[in-house]
Amino acid sequence: MADAKRAAPNQRPLSPHLQIYRPQLTAITSILTRITGNGVIVGVMLAVWWLLAAATSDEYFAVANGVATSWFGDLVFTGSLWAIWYHLFAGIRHFIFDAGRGMDIPTAEKLGWACIIGSVVMTVITILLVQ
Amino acid sequence: MQYLTPRKSAEGNGSAHTGTEHHWAMTVTAAGLCFLVPIWLYIFGHALGQSREVVLTTFAQPFAAIVTALILIVGMRHFAMGATMMIEDYARGTTRKVLVIGAISLSWVIAATGLFALIRIAL
Repeated sequence: MADAKRAAPNQRPLSPHLQIYRPQLTAITSILTRITGNGVIVGVMLAVWWLLAAATSDEYFAVANGVATSWFGDLVFTGSLWAIWYHLFAGIRHFIFDAGRGMDIPTAEKLGWACIIGSVVMTVITILLVQ
Repeated sequence: MQYLTPRKSAEGNGSAHTGTEHHWAMTVTAAGLCFLVPIWLYIFGHALGQSREVVLTTFAQPFAAIVTALILIVGMRHFAMGATMMIEDYARGTTRKVLVIGAISLSWVIAATGLFALIRIAL
């Protein structure tokens, strides 16, 4: 009995056994919440640096604004824009789940799609609105 | 003798009898950010790509300045707590402590830098 207990733990598969686990919309949209929420810090850092440069001098602003409006800045800000919209929609979904609603699979999957589609639509609308 | 009802002494506590503060603080900051973020995106998006004069005029306006200040304080608190939650899920021991301290410090550095810039622009 004691021997069996000692040998067993090493051979057990780790849950959820990622190699054979079929990716599901609800799982992917859940982990994306964390990735977008933490990733948006890159865009925030660029924005705050740009604001600091604007507060400092013309020369410093030229440098920061050059980076912020370059292809790199566009990439970071567009990515961050989508990330923040996605995170916002996923947060609202979190509120719905916290209230004990929408937990059945069809509704949960619909809410997942709402986060994905909503975030892309709002990203496009925001870009069009601020141009 | 305990005068509290069992219900009263259990209310607001998780199974660990503590820890719901984190979740509640995330809920409160998230609710605030739902309103702040879209407004700020509009303000920032309009200012980005403009001349320095336009940027300074934009963020000197009371409404834009206050929204930006709130974004920095509420947003960075929300980020600090969310990043802590992520680190606690994936790291342990000394690595966890170092990363959590780093994430929270980074949040406050960003907030302080942004507020400094804002005060210089708006005041």
